Amino acid sequence: MASVTLKNVSKSFGVYDIIRNVDLEIADGEFVVFVGPSGCGKSTLLRLIAGLVPVSDGAVLIGGDEVTDVPASKRGISFVFQSYALYPHMNVSRNISFALETARIGKAEIMRRVEAVASMLKIGHLLERKPRQLSGGQRQRVAIGRALVADPEVFLFDEPLSNLDADLRTEMRFEIAKLHAEVKATMIYVTHDQTEAMTLADRIVVLNHGKVEQVGTPRQLYDRPATRFVAGFLGSPKMNFAPTLLTDGRLAGPGGFSYAPHLATGTTVSEIGLRPEALALSAQPGSDTIESIFERAEDLGHEYLCYVRIGEGLIWTVRGSGALPAFLPGQTVHVGWRADSLYLFDRDGQRLDHRPADRVAEEVA
Amino acid sequence: MTPTDRARRAETRVAWLFVAPLVVILLAVAIWPLGRTVFFAFTDAYLDNPGSYDFVGFANFVTVWEDATFWRAVRNTLVFTVVSVGIETMLGLAIALLLHRAFLGRGLVRAAILIPWAMPMVVSTRIWDWMLNDQFGLINKVLVELGIIAKGIAWTADPSLLLGVVIFIDVWVTTPFMVLLILAGLQLIPEDLYEAAEVSGVPQWKRFWSITLPLVAPAIGVAMLFRTLDALRMFDLSYVLAANNANTMTMSIYARDQLIGFQDLGVGSAASTWVFLIIGLIAIVIVGLLRLDRPHH
Repeated sequence: MASVTLKNVSKSFGVYDIIRNVDLEIADGEFVVFVGPSGCGKSTLLRLIAGLVPVSDGAVLIGGDEVTDVPASKRGISFVFQSYALYPHMNVSRNISFALETARIGKAEIMRRVEAVASMLKIGHLLERKPRQLSGGQRQRVAIGRALVADPEVFLFDEPLSNLDADLRTEMRFEIAKLHAEVKATMIYVTHDQTEAMTLADRIVVLNHGKVEQVGTPRQLYDRPATRFVAGFLGSPKMNFAPTLLTDGRLAGPGGFSYAPHLATGTTVSEIGLRPEALALSAQPGSDTIESIFERAEDLGHEYLCYVRIGEGLIWTVRGSGALPAFLPGQTVHVGWRADSLYLFDRDGQRLDHRPADRVAEEVA
Repeated sequence: MTPTDRARRAETRVAWLFVAPLVVILLAVAIWPLGRTVFFAFTDAYLDNPGSYDFVGFANFVTVWEDATFWRAVRNTLVFTVVSVGIETMLGLAIALLLHRAFLGRGLVRAAILIPWAMPMVVSTRIWDWMLNDQFGLINKVLVELGIIAKGIAWTADPSLLLGVVIFIDVWVTTPFMVLLILAGLQLIPEDLYEAAEVSGVPQWKRFWSITLPLVAPAIGVAMLFRTLDALRMFDLSYVLAANNANTMTMSIYARDQLIGFQDLGVGSAASTWVFLIIGLIAIVIVGLLRLDRPHH
């Protein structure tokens, strides 16, 4: 069991800075997910921890020991590759045991370990097969088995489910969560899929352009995103955004949006954000609604998604449950939202804490 | 006849239509000459007048079979093939492994290494013939200056050295071909297999022995097959260097001697047919060993 610590870690390839000054503490036994769009440096960061790529600057510690210059094989880690990286000419059994062959532990002990891992992952009946005779999900299990047999202190997963179809991905996600509960090792998991991040992580690390954008539990990141980037990245369908202008203490936006927040002097506000499930549609205008044109509805059975146009080139998604609202395309509808569900972002994309100015005035009085 | 049957039949017809030009060309340039050669092998025809002949049965085949010169040529060819292909494979693998690593100017080196192979064999042979000249050759001059030998060695005149020189020149000329084929095979091996091995602490020698070698083996096999078949019918190198010298005479040179030198169309054709049968047999054995006829995936 081991913690993982990154101290001011940077990585450059030539003139390209892939990772910039990352500081991170991962506790022993924690499940941490690195998430971000492609090219954000999440896989590189994982490879730096693994020791497959040397850091340009900074230090990597595993279990409190500095391992910055320690080779990958001596770091007590296992790595599960996106492509599975199974040896195509070896059968499943040998794929799992290959690294043990030079460990001087004897054939019987190797077989015992392979069988233990195989039964844990339910691949005991596949041991004689070659990787090409396996399905995607089975290959993934073998790859995890190969990681497991080394009995590492830290598991590193590099987008392990991205080559699987949707059903299998859900199934394997469950398996990985179960595995973490059983072996209780530290796990670091890279994905670009926000659902995987939300469902698997104890804590999520959101990366953007090689920098840590925010670290926190899935709930913290969802409810209190630090930046517009995090707000837009987590959640599906995505958060709805619209530009806004602050004049004389009052915000104005498309569809007749108007709101007077209590803000510190000198604060800029450039965008508002609302999650799809915070929105509701009605035919009649309310006190704090904005006007929109109904575009289209999608019935997903357990919920529905409505798309409304609130301005030129600005489509918002509204999510609800129950009966599909009976609006016609082209009809004018009014969009309202729960109090406290409005997010404000400043010019640099930072989220602003805010409350209505009149309520603050009441409290003061 | 169901519509599917009809569609399948139409498809088969189209397929034959596409293959037809190839079949015609093959018939014209391969099957027909081969058939003529086999035909003449059973006659006593002479090259100056191939129109007049009598059938002599297997007499020509027996003549070749009982000719010690022919067996000398077979032995030379086999020694040349085994040794040169062996060295070329080892060397080719070693150089391919070097070139597979990323280093500055790798592209240039890759292009440069092809130069010996791109040169006509006659030119290469003449260059080496001159460089290995016992009195004026560069090689002897360098060796003498360095004090390794006291006086020039007659590389291309000494019967015991001649076959070695032929093998040396062939290695120089065709190793680049091996390098390129093996390099192509190496580049097909996914990099993450090595990363997986690296993370789990598999030592370097075992990575080479248990990952690289088995995965590049098909490419090496194909390269060896090509080179072996090429070496078995080698003619130009030996002929330019030493004409029909018994020490380096190959099967092809023997056949050429019978056919052109002695104008004996019958015996020459019989010799050619023997060469064809020997090479065919070896090709079948190699293809069987490599299991090239079976799909790998």
